Amino acid sequence: MLLATLLIPVVAALAVAAAPADQARRIAGAGSLAFFGATLILGAMFDWSRSAEFQMASWFALSAGEGGVTVGLAVDGVSTMLILLTGLLAPLCVFGSFTAVSDRPRTFFAWLIALQAPMAGVFMARDIITFYFCFEFTLIPMFVLIALFGSSNRRAASVKFFLYTFTGSMMTLAGLVYIVWFNATRLAPDGAGAGAWTFAIDTLMRASRSMSGSEQAWVLLAMMAGFAVKTPLFPVHTWLPLAHTEAPTAGSVVLAGVLLKLGTYGLYRFVLPFVPEAVVAWAPLIGVICVIGILYAGLICWVQRDVKKLVAYSSVSHLGFCVLGLFALNAVGSAGSVLYMINHGLSTGALFFCIGMIYERYHTRSMQELGGLAARMPVWAFFMVFFTLSSVGLPGLNGFIGEIMCLMGAFQSGATWGVGGTSGPLGPWFGGVAATGMIVSAIYLLYMVGKVVFGPLKEPHGHGGAHGHGHGHAKDAGAHGALPVDLSKREIAVLTPLAALCLVLGLYPVIALRPLEAPVAANLAAVEAVRSVVAPAEALAGVEAEGAGR
Amino acid sequence: MTEKLAILHPEIALFITTCVVMIVGLSRSVGARRASAWITAAGTLTALGLALRSPEGFGLLPGMLAYAKAMIAGVGFLLLLVMAGAVDRGYEARLLRGETFDPIRATRGEFYAFFLFSLMGVMLCAGADDLIWLFLALELVSLPTYIMVAISSSRLRAQEAAVKYFFLGAMGAATFLYGFALLYGAAGTTSLSGIATTFAASGIGPLAYAGLILSILGVCFKIAAVPMHFYTADVYEGAATPVSAYLAFAPKTAGFLALMLIVSTVGWHDGGLPEPVRVTLWVIAALTMTVGNVLATLQTSVKRILAYSSVAHSGYMLVGLIAGPGDGGVFQNGLAAILFYLLCYGVMNVGAFAALTCIERGQNPDDPNDLETLDDLKGLCATRPLVGWAMVLSVLSLLGMPVLLGFFAKLLLFSSGIAAGEIVLVVVLGLNSAIAAFYYLRIISSAMFETPDARRDGGRLTPMRGRVLACVVSGAAVLVLPLLFGPLQRASSRAVSTGQSAAIGERPGGTQAASPEAGR
Repeated sequence: MLLATLLIPVVAALAVAAAPADQARRIAGAGSLAFFGATLILGAMFDWSRSAEFQMASWFALSAGEGGVTVGLAVDGVSTMLILLTGLLAPLCVFGSFTAVSDRPRTFFAWLIALQAPMAGVFMARDIITFYFCFEFTLIPMFVLIALFGSSNRRAASVKFFLYTFTGSMMTLAGLVYIVWFNATRLAPDGAGAGAWTFAIDTLMRASRSMSGSEQAWVLLAMMAGFAVKTPLFPVHTWLPLAHTEAPTAGSVVLAGVLLKLGTYGLYRFVLPFVPEAVVAWAPLIGVICVIGILYAGLICWVQRDVKKLVAYSSVSHLGFCVLGLFALNAVGSAGSVLYMINHGLSTGALFFCIGMIYERYHTRSMQELGGLAARMPVWAFFMVFFTLSSVGLPGLNGFIGEIMCLMGAFQSGATWGVGGTSGPLGPWFGGVAATGMIVSAIYLLYMVGKVVFGPLKEPHGHGGAHGHGHGHAKDAGAHGALPVDLSKREIAVLTPLAALCLVLGLYPVIALRPLEAPVAANLAAVEAVRSVVAPAEALAGVEAEGAGR
Repeated sequence: MTEKLAILHPEIALFITTCVVMIVGLSRSVGARRASAWITAAGTLTALGLALRSPEGFGLLPGMLAYAKAMIAGVGFLLLLVMAGAVDRGYEARLLRGETFDPIRATRGEFYAFFLFSLMGVMLCAGADDLIWLFLALELVSLPTYIMVAISSSRLRAQEAAVKYFFLGAMGAATFLYGFALLYGAAGTTSLSGIATTFAASGIGPLAYAGLILSILGVCFKIAAVPMHFYTADVYEGAATPVSAYLAFAPKTAGFLALMLIVSTVGWHDGGLPEPVRVTLWVIAALTMTVGNVLATLQTSVKRILAYSSVAHSGYMLVGLIAGPGDGGVFQNGLAAILFYLLCYGVMNVGAFAALTCIERGQNPDDPNDLETLDDLKGLCATRPLVGWAMVLSVLSLLGMPVLLGFFAKLLLFSSGIAAGEIVLVVVLGLNSAIAAFYYLRIISSAMFETPDARRDGGRLTPMRGRVLACVVSGAAVLVLPLLFGPLQRASSRAVSTGQSAAIGERPGGTQAASPEAGR
């Protein structure tokens, strides 16, 4: 089942590439729907009552024996949810770019569909070769999408995107290989994989926990190099605004919706359970980096005049919350963080869609040239305001619950707090300062909405004339039929599912939170074990120091 | 005697082919001259078949023969596909138009003969167990290449490149010959296994270290490593592209085989290589990767980029040499990683260079321009999809993109480096792979994303279909060979494991620990 899910996009991409150009859209649409259907079936087959276990495991040996290449796939509750998100966004991206791409549609849709396979593969991987393959292989389709279909500065953006993430993940590879080597040579054979060359995540997870503190710290650094760039965390976030701004709409949606989650998922799946000792030791520093990122990127957003760039920087700020929740190292924070991944994918993805629809009509994203569009496009204005509020974290919409859980996790994470039995390396200061990021986020997003959606109507020259169609470029209009002033049915159909999910997850988040409890607790077990060992030791050290003082 | 001859069967096959080709190439009949390419191909394939059946050799790395020679012949065959028909193209065309045949001016047969000689030299390196044999083999690799560079193209810059290559090559040869002499002075024998026994028994003195380091530096010329890399870009650019492809593979392979043998004499004992040798190699490796990659980012000519990238790849492979055989496990074995990397590098490299030769430009059909600059590559994927995509795949593989062959090769270097405790060097390797991404991406961008210049002549597909075949085969191999990763890796690991057991067996006290591993 898992393999079939992965193969659908590959087959669809090949079909798109082989088919005549005028059929590309149709085949891509069908392929993406099939992929979405497969992820839905996967979600239905998944036994949600045992969501902490890895289910539907399948191992394929591409070549047998020691050093053979194996592909291991399985999913737990967290991966299934993220795969569902990937599956949902795939057809939306395809249908959302029907009119936006007129040049070389085959190339565009083939790469867009092909991109889905490695993304889903990352979430399914149970051995690090598969994981690393998929993690790296997302680069090429995205690189092509940005470099070929982006806006004016696309070449620089695509190269910067590739180089940043590739550099980081080389370090991640070194860290992962170190664990493989450690497992093979430093551990006694136990019949369960230790003491042999294996790439299975389960075995390596057990192995890496027995590394010394300093080894863990180095491996943590190596892993962070890759995952922090992908997430992206301050100060290695600088590729993201450029990539987002230059990418085509569907590219931005996939980038914000799923691709960035590969970084946070890597942190969740690898960093936390693999090197718990180092995580406990270094979490405060990572927490500080997150808080800086939240505030710094938020302030940058405030001064942006390009709507898309603003949303791009807001991603940096928002994913700071996500990672902060993760490194609170408690159940609330982790669950909130996973939920945040999904919420961010929905609402920021949708915002990029909305902006793309404006760009398609007006060929500008500048706040100076746009204003009061609610008068011209009420339906679009509704969606724009809706998703902005969701992104701001308005209670009742999906953004709120994830954000508040991340903050709560960070806030309660101090050992001194203790209420609710959660403890962690962060503390009220982290939660409190990060919470001001919510205010900043409300300021810049609402400011943007106020300028673009409300206020006096302002349109760029040559648009919105007496003929009543807001489309001035006759050339484009001729190619695919003029876009209506307000959203077309297709565009509404793209945005509606996202809006509905935002509402459902906002009003009744339990449906997502309950299946997360067990896997998150299992994932945190190692960290908890380290903490329970470390905490008494610290107390003991304190007593000894006191005794010595006397 | 007959046993020793059995080891040389592939070389003998090549030598017989050489003699035939040299004579046939001078024939008055066009058909016979054309046949020389086919004869060369047949000879190479025969050598490949014989190489696969090579018995175990003797000396320090006796198990290496079958793998190394088969690899050399296999990649050599791909290279032959690229080279076939390139030499004397203008002259042959003039002959067809009625010019009278002058054997003095016909160089095609000689070219193939030199190619085979050089290939033979690479194979002989694999089986060397004597300093003199090794020296002669290394020279047999290089001397024909000087001439191949000179006659590869009728242009002046090919001759300039050949002269430059020759003088620097002579300097390199002198350096390692001096080193060999010092080694002989220190150990009292020219036999490599004899030297290893002497070193193990009575330690390594300063004279021996001087000899080792000079030998390593001299061989650095063959592998195009810093500080002997200066010729690389100029020579690769000056030579005709097929010969550049050959230069990037054959001397490099010979150099690495020689280095593996030379360094084996001191062995990777408990703490790795002896410190002076390790430091020398470490510095060379780090500098080679960094210099190669940084200089490659500054180039606009694809041939120069590939030249500097070939420098960088030598630096990567030196990591495996420093790591050594480890305890024999497939992921720890640095020597096996080198052998595997050489095979992968050979294939991807042929793919990238062959793509450059597939499209011809220029007014004169007999002396066309190959693709050379990044601008020439613009829009290759759109105008010539087959060639373009093979090129993109090969370059992505050179970059070390997962799923493709180059990733696996690099993975083995990573793991062997980590297993040997060379974490810093592995980090340098990782960072360099990232720098390399920059210039490889420029090639890919040019081929995939740019639109061809309207003013430029779009070029035509070369009439020499062997080149297209080589290009496509390499591009496909880069995709397909990862499926054979396990068997190939085990083969490369077996190739050095027996030698390693012999080396370890000689060291006092290490026998028990190593023997069970050696059986694998």
